[in-house]
Amino acid sequence: MAEIRNYTMNFGPQHPAAHGVLRLVLEMDGEVVRHADPHIGLLHRGTEKLAESKPYNQSIAYMDRLDYVSMMCNEHAYVRSIEQLLGVEAPIRAQYIRTMFDEITRILNHLMWLGTHALDLGAMTLFLYAFREREQLMDCYEAVSGARLHATYYRPGGVYRDLPDTMPQFRESKWTKGKGLKQANEWRSGSLLDFIEAFAQDFPTRVAEYETLLTDNRIWKQRTVGIGEVSPERALQLGFTGPMLRGSGLAWDLRKKQPYAAYADLDFDIPVGTNGDCYDRYLVRMEELTQSNRIIQQCVTWLRSNPGPVTVDNHKVVPPSRQSMKEGMENLIHHFKLFTEGYIVPEGEAYAAVEAPKGEFGAYIVSDGSNKPFRLHLRAPGFAHLSAMNEMVKGHMLADVVAVIGTQDIVFGEIDR
Amino acid sequence: MTEQTDIIQSLTTLLGEDALSIESHQGEITATVEPSAWHRVAKTLRDDSGCQYEQMVDLCGVDYLGYGQDEWEDDEATFEGYSRAVEGSSGPGRFDWSERVEAGTEERFAVVIHLLSVTYNRRLRVRTLLKGDQLPVVATLIDVWAAADWYEREAFDLYGILFNGHPDLRRILTDYGFVGHPFRKDFPLIGNVEVIYDEEKQRVVYQPVTIEPRVLVPKVVRNDSRYLADEE
Repeated sequence: MAEIRNYTMNFGPQHPAAHGVLRLVLEMDGEVVRHADPHIGLLHRGTEKLAESKPYNQSIAYMDRLDYVSMMCNEHAYVRSIEQLLGVEAPIRAQYIRTMFDEITRILNHLMWLGTHALDLGAMTLFLYAFREREQLMDCYEAVSGARLHATYYRPGGVYRDLPDTMPQFRESKWTKGKGLKQANEWRSGSLLDFIEAFAQDFPTRVAEYETLLTDNRIWKQRTVGIGEVSPERALQLGFTGPMLRGSGLAWDLRKKQPYAAYADLDFDIPVGTNGDCYDRYLVRMEELTQSNRIIQQCVTWLRSNPGPVTVDNHKVVPPSRQSMKEGMENLIHHFKLFTEGYIVPEGEAYAAVEAPKGEFGAYIVSDGSNKPFRLHLRAPGFAHLSAMNEMVKGHMLADVVAVIGTQDIVFGEIDR
Repeated sequence: MTEQTDIIQSLTTLLGEDALSIESHQGEITATVEPSAWHRVAKTLRDDSGCQYEQMVDLCGVDYLGYGQDEWEDDEATFEGYSRAVEGSSGPGRFDWSERVEAGTEERFAVVIHLLSVTYNRRLRVRTLLKGDQLPVVATLIDVWAAADWYEREAFDLYGILFNGHPDLRRILTDYGFVGHPFRKDFPLIGNVEVIYDEEKQRVVYQPVTIEPRVLVPKVVRNDSRYLADEE
């Protein structure tokens, strides 16, 4: 009889299901995976080292490019870490704006995850559905910061500017005209808050649409139930955070356990799974969509009735307004100093973490009392999740590797940094 | 605040002589431990019923070379322009390889871990300082927290810190066949080599970097009245 040996297979880095540039070296026994060795670093840009050569504020833009589907959450961790070192706290309105945009970001991220995960497992429609809603939310990003993806909206001491009173509208074109144009602009006649409110009212029916397609779908369950099971003890050992940890049954969420921004004042629930498999993690994330929507609605109500400043009144950290800069000598000096050398951060170190859509995203800054971080380390949730890849796929079939990559919600911007 | 003092107190009794210092700064507790006690301390912190740090959230290396050194002395008035004034002075790792700061710091490298106790909802930072004049080596924590695996590979890759007992200490983020440890402060930001496509050889080759290192904003350390006023 012929000798049967294991077969080594290369997966990626150019593969649509690799969610970026993941290279997996798989040791196969027939169609069963015996060992998986992820090779990462193909998107390594040295963000942490680059940040060491720039004043603090110039690196905020790099944070958007880490996990490029949950941009503002990354900024939030970095900005919070700086604020902790400076001893500055953003005004309450800025905290609510940040909370609202963190949750918008969570929906953006989960929709991206849902679309690609389902696409990888054979459900095409969902991808188109998810991107339809993402488009609306990216318009919110654009309205508030001017950029659809890389916002650079959060700043130490607050946010870049207050919410706009108008929403950009569609103009007549070959594709949108007449009734279609009117429909597209229906939500956009008022302010940004009106738009977000209209979206939040509509969104539960959208979530219901996604659920009809997947939750009880026979094929979906066959592909996800019992795949990539992780026990709660093991999940803690492996450094899992976010939905990966909650899917295993641990109700750990920084928004509840170590509240930051305005989360302590808001009402929302933390969904947890029971079996710790791909299907449970899917259910957890789906429920998080609904919960995020709830938080957004509460933030909109609060923001409507509570106008106020969105940055601290400390011009050593936040530049003075353009108007006052042209009129006052002192403001001019502040402005000049901030934009040439930045601000000095007192010596010390700080670690600030936020509950990013993928898990705990933390920024550890060591400051030596200069205008640039001496060392910046970014704790990316995906890095810990991907390191457990071997453990999660061992003994599963080749097609399940794709399910596990999907369920880990991998984005290489944050893993490779 | 009293809770913090209690935690520090109990940690001091628990760790005994292994801990060089335990301090609290802006609500975060940092324990500095002996490199030789690294593994022992980690195990104690995980298993002790009063600590229960079940999760290692983060591990990273730090290179303290050039800590607190600025690139532009401006105590007295300068007649040169802002960024031009930096030319010639050597901040660590920012300029040519020949101009780099010599490694002489006693305790140059540090390994820092961030721990999280889900039971008590607490965080702790533990750090160990490694001598710079010899090969930085510390024990691996992979058997205490499985998450340490890739984080230690990253610290090895970027800083050249060796983790004794790690089963698979390979490079992780840099290219196959990369030379050097890029996050060390004496590694230039622009790198040592660049990649180009060679027309004659019809393939991609490495060559020494051709771009000039430059500084847009110099690093400054200030202790003037603007910053001192806030402390009172």
